[in-house]
Amino acid sequence: MDITARSAAELHTMLESKAISATELVREFIDRINKVEGNVKAFVTLTEESALEQAAKQDEKIARGEKIGPLAGIPMAFKDNMCLTGIRTTCSSKMLENFIPPYDATVVERLLDAGAISLGKLNMDEFAMGSSTENSAFFPTHNPWDLSCVTGGSSGGSVASVAADEVAYSLGSDTGGSIRQPAAFCGVVGMKPTYGAVSRYGLIAFASSLDQIGPVTKTVRDNALVLNAIAGHDTKDSTSVPFEKPDYTEFLVNDIKGLKIGIPWEYFGEGIDQGVARVIQEAIETLKGLGAEVTECSMPHTEYAMPTYYLIAPAECSSNLARFDGVRYGHRSQNNEDIISMFRKTRAEGFGSEVKRRIMLGTYALSSGYYDAYYLKAQKVRTLIKQDFDNALEKFDVLLSPTAPTPAFKLGEKLTDPLSMYMSDICTSPLNLAGLPGISVPAGFVNGLPVGLQLMGKAFSEGMLYRVAYTFEQNTDFHKVKPELTAEVVL
Amino acid sequence: MSVNDYEMVCGVEVHAELATKTKIFCSCTTEFGGEQNTHVCPVCSGLPGVLPVLNREVVNLAIKAGLALNCEIADYSKFDRKNYYYPDLPKNYQTSQFDLPICKAGWLEIMVDEEKKRIGITRAHMEEDAGKLVHSGETITSSMESFVDYNRTGVPLLEIVSEPDMRSIPEVIAYLEQLVEILEYTEVSDCKLEQGSVRFDVNVSIRPKGSSEFGIRSEIKNLNSYSSVRRCLEYEIERQAKILDEGERVIQETRTWDEGKGITLSLRSKEEAHDYRYFPEPDLVPLVIDREWVERISQTLPELPVARRARFQSLGLSEYDAKVLTDSKDLADFFDQALIEYKDAKVLANWVMGDFSRILNAQQCAVGDSPITPLQLAELLKLIEKGTISGKIAKSVIEDMYTTGKDAGTIIKEKGLAQISDEGALSGIIDGVLAANPQSVEDYRAGKERALGFLVGQIMKATKGQANPGKVNQLLKGKLS
Ligand SMILES: [Zn+2]
Repeated sequence: MDITARSAAELHTMLESKAISATELVREFIDRINKVEGNVKAFVTLTEESALEQAAKQDEKIARGEKIGPLAGIPMAFKDNMCLTGIRTTCSSKMLENFIPPYDATVVERLLDAGAISLGKLNMDEFAMGSSTENSAFFPTHNPWDLSCVTGGSSGGSVASVAADEVAYSLGSDTGGSIRQPAAFCGVVGMKPTYGAVSRYGLIAFASSLDQIGPVTKTVRDNALVLNAIAGHDTKDSTSVPFEKPDYTEFLVNDIKGLKIGIPWEYFGEGIDQGVARVIQEAIETLKGLGAEVTECSMPHTEYAMPTYYLIAPAECSSNLARFDGVRYGHRSQNNEDIISMFRKTRAEGFGSEVKRRIMLGTYALSSGYYDAYYLKAQKVRTLIKQDFDNALEKFDVLLSPTAPTPAFKLGEKLTDPLSMYMSDICTSPLNLAGLPGISVPAGFVNGLPVGLQLMGKAFSEGMLYRVAYTFEQNTDFHKVKPELTAEVVL
Repeated sequence: MSVNDYEMVCGVEVHAELATKTKIFCSCTTEFGGEQNTHVCPVCSGLPGVLPVLNREVVNLAIKAGLALNCEIADYSKFDRKNYYYPDLPKNYQTSQFDLPICKAGWLEIMVDEEKKRIGITRAHMEEDAGKLVHSGETITSSMESFVDYNRTGVPLLEIVSEPDMRSIPEVIAYLEQLVEILEYTEVSDCKLEQGSVRFDVNVSIRPKGSSEFGIRSEIKNLNSYSSVRRCLEYEIERQAKILDEGERVIQETRTWDEGKGITLSLRSKEEAHDYRYFPEPDLVPLVIDREWVERISQTLPELPVARRARFQSLGLSEYDAKVLTDSKDLADFFDQALIEYKDAKVLANWVMGDFSRILNAQQCAVGDSPITPLQLAELLKLIEKGTISGKIAKSVIEDMYTTGKDAGTIIKEKGLAQISDEGALSGIIDGVLAANPQSVEDYRAGKERALGFLVGQIMKATKGQANPGKVNQLLKGKLS
């Protein structure tokens, strides 16, 4: 197996045993990037030089005989909405094309402190708004399994870079499914932690009450290792929860005997691809075979999750993105008559159409006269959706569903049909509304494209999700299958 | 009808800067002034990705103000975003409180023309201040260039909204003075009007006297002195009266006060009013305030001016003296501290308001910076009481205390200013004076009382004023009889 295809846990063992140096490892990944990036286009910014500098520091540590942490010296990358001092952070938007933050996001700080080697910043839908990474102002990212297909989104660069072995792991952010849906499309493991488990400080906000950062990895073990490093209370984020953080790797046991798994039938309704349904059905059989008690259940408000999500998220985004006005940083239009025209032209030029669509939606939903009918109503429905989860999770240890209703679709296929694009978050957005954790793990293939299995759990039950996901992974081979990446760019 | 045929109805919104060391959502200093954009960080300059963290001291001060203003303190309160675009607002929304303010339903009492009146306080809420714009021209739209200074951005404010309970300009001024006094007294705000740390918005309408319906109001924003409020209200009442007299209707609108021209100008009508699209601030968790917290703050609440005045009067001070002392919290604190050591409140008040204040005023020294401590003043007064020095000598001693910072006792000792009360010593001096002035002795014995005064004067002269006057009189009369 190519070194770059190995898991972070394996790479750690190699570094520790001095089978390879951190610098050599970084060079391996740079070589890999040089080979496949032209087709995949996962990166907005590459920082090979600083990666080699960081690697040299880790090598010095290893040479001194110091014990290195599980992520030290291992190449990874960040979604381009997480701030890293001195490295441009664009949110894949013209608005921030040249924005260089003077501070680190908390997750960045924690990973760099853990010795992680950042290879750069990863492409995404502009400001994390989208489900295909086609809304990047720069270029779309291609699915390593089929370059004519989308990666999903909005963390398309995060999943594609991992699937294409350009990095060992990455961080993504998930507002309505933006880690899990693309993880499913690209056949990798993606976790959206409980709201408040990982600090949002330094994550350029899309929808503050829904956004959550999480790991994208090749294996469940790696995912637990990365979450170990980034989770935990942060005084810089008031919504971060002071909870007792476990060692998530302790949950990685190959045993789910007697665990209760609920299957909410609403997640298998209209719009679910037959092939996907079949893969998930097989996965259910596998889990049953491993001793889980699987029962169907109902979450009656699921059908309202999409409209609810598409009121709350745009409402928050309309306010969060107001700061991009050309006054202090980012794009500023030229030759303006006055301040109002500067605001208008700056935003008209700086934002893409999906961002504008959501700002308009959200502004409308918060307007006087409409607030009660839209925003407030959506908040009430949000409470009902949360209750659905609370009720179901009283009876079950985890809930199971497809991560996305279909496998990856073709680039351009849904670009002109926002509603059908929005439907691709139908299985993932309810969890963000409820603030609960969910993980997507590779569960099989439909026509050569990966399908993801979603496990959802109680608040702060990431450990339980890892246990079920790990057991499933250990008893299946889907995660071992790699995309060939031989095809030429189709578009 | 004339202006006098109308009654004004006025409510006031007061924005007071809270006296915290750091800003409301970051740890930047709140210090006034400073180079432009030096008191800023990623949070208060609204960089992408940053998050607010509420300064607990802001909540403490808001609770304290609420208690001092007889408000209910909410168990559950939250922040909301007020959305509008303006370049002095880095996020283009202001984090404020909308429907669940921290304080509500309070009141304070004012006194106008010897009559007490209670003014309702609807609510008080916390919010962040905006930055400061400097234009190359007159306004933002007519300028080629505008500059923005974010030093003030994120300075915590308390917005205190009154009921429309005020019916005259003196009532409005009394309310504002009383409110500012309470905020200063509780150290919630240092209320430096000249630095803009307190700003007033007034809502005013008029109606024919005797009418019980409210008229249509205008809101005049951003007044920063009592005299502006007074002049602005005088102008606005007249303007509205003229409109009504002409049979027209007042338009509900927001106006600004042009200090130079002394007029109000329309800013925007009700129809043009901003839709602020308030919604709960998702970056902050709701504020849950338990009774223990409120109790803890209430323990730190000082005696408020009204109560203090009453107590001072009960000590025997006149209403006037009690008011003079309590007008400044520092002076009243000084008085109270001295009172612990020196119990005669009337004598103490005379000295505090008299020589002590006179010296400080002459030296332009604040009470807080006075080199004379309350204990030192009390010691001085005790020395008068004991007869160690006379009141007259004390007046020069206190001057020395100010310039040297020394105790009264030390100064008296060093300068040898103690009164001579020793009978032996005085007797000798008196004998000498009698011997030198035989004519006066004869005059006195012949019944000329005035001669006694002359002899006392001579004795005081001989002792440089240090002889105990009582003792001198007693001994002299004995020797002459
Ligand atoms: Zn700051």
